[in-house]
Amino acid sequence: MKNTTKMKVLGIALLVIVASGAYLIAADHIDAPGVTGSGSASLGSDITDVYAFANGDNMVFVVNTQGLMSPAATAAATFDEEVMLEINIDNDASKDHVEDLVIQATFKDGKVHIHGPKAPVTTGLISTQVSGTTVSADITEYGDAPVIGTAGGIKVFAGPRDDPFFFDLTTYKEIIAGTASMFDNPGTDTFAGTNVMSLVVEVPKSQLGTGTIDIWATSNRKN
Amino acid sequence: MKKLLKYFATLALIGGAFTFTACSDDDDKDPAITYTQEDQMARPAINTVFIPSGAPKDMFNETLPSAMGAAYATAFATRLDALNGVTYPGNALGQDRATFAGLLATDVLNVSLTGTTTFFDGTNVLTGRALADDVIDTELLLIFGGTAGTSNAGLTSDHVNANDKAFLGTFPYLAAPF
Repeated sequence: MKNTTKMKVLGIALLVIVASGAYLIAADHIDAPGVTGSGSASLGSDITDVYAFANGDNMVFVVNTQGLMSPAATAAATFDEEVMLEINIDNDASKDHVEDLVIQATFKDGKVHIHGPKAPVTTGLISTQVSGTTVSADITEYGDAPVIGTAGGIKVFAGPRDDPFFFDLTTYKEIIAGTASMFDNPGTDTFAGTNVMSLVVEVPKSQLGTGTIDIWATSNRKN
Repeated sequence: MKKLLKYFATLALIGGAFTFTACSDDDDKDPAITYTQEDQMARPAINTVFIPSGAPKDMFNETLPSAMGAAYATAFATRLDALNGVTYPGNALGQDRATFAGLLATDVLNVSLTGTTTFFDGTNVLTGRALADDVIDTELLLIFGGTAGTSNAGLTSDHVNANDKAFLGTFPYLAAPF
């Protein structure tokens, strides 16, 4: 098959996907109606990206929410006090993808509170706040230096940050729509100049398990 | 689904209330605070790329990772075919159609507690996700690049290779907001 024909076939295939309703945002920004407000607003429960990377003997977890925020909108942005962010950790040998540990973040009166890492009270779609608070910090306000809470070897930060995600989403959408056949070089970062509300937690690896763990983040609304 | 969740939430609350009356730990003023899951995410762009819009996307977010493989592996394989316009040929990691679809369908992030943590750095694969990782290029390459990583050359990189602001060397690592 010639390349141009191949691209046409691909274009048609992608067009079919659009017609079938697969609409791409990215990475997980405004991914579903349940976490998207009016005017395509990314709600406090909308997780945009999750990161997990080592810093020496510690593991750093980043959970970003409320994507595609303009600088003008950032000063007024707040964490939703009805929403708990949870980092789920599967650290058993079987890797059954059921959480063995949870790190939970709640937001109240301008502060972020970390609970855990602890074994979950219940697993599944209903999360129960685990007992105790490991570390707290003031939520950093827009324009201020990061406020960092430290206790028990655990660090926490919560506040607005530059969205670390980068992607030429606009061209991807054109490819999906069949109006472009390939990416531009160089591409254009659709997420340049936009902010997110970030939760960053750094935990000693010794509190997480051994070997390899599987993790996922969830947002959970208070019942 | 929502109704069902509410029902379970109520049950959990009732259960929690009993726990509370029996609880003598004064440190925990309200141990029965329960929450219902709204969003779930691990690997980037999985829900957005592979799940049809509307109610199915909410459903994916409310599916437990332990149930995702059985629920979504077949649909993900079909989606890979559709994206390529041909039956998905496999990828440069040596994964065939079923293996790659199965891997993606269970949306968890594999994280190494002992080695390098990266989505893909040319050597290590799926051992974490660092801020600077070009995760989209990795996914495009695995979705479109074929077994040699050379197919559909115009689709295997978006040519945006880094963030628009430098990351910090120390906690909290992410750059200050614009």
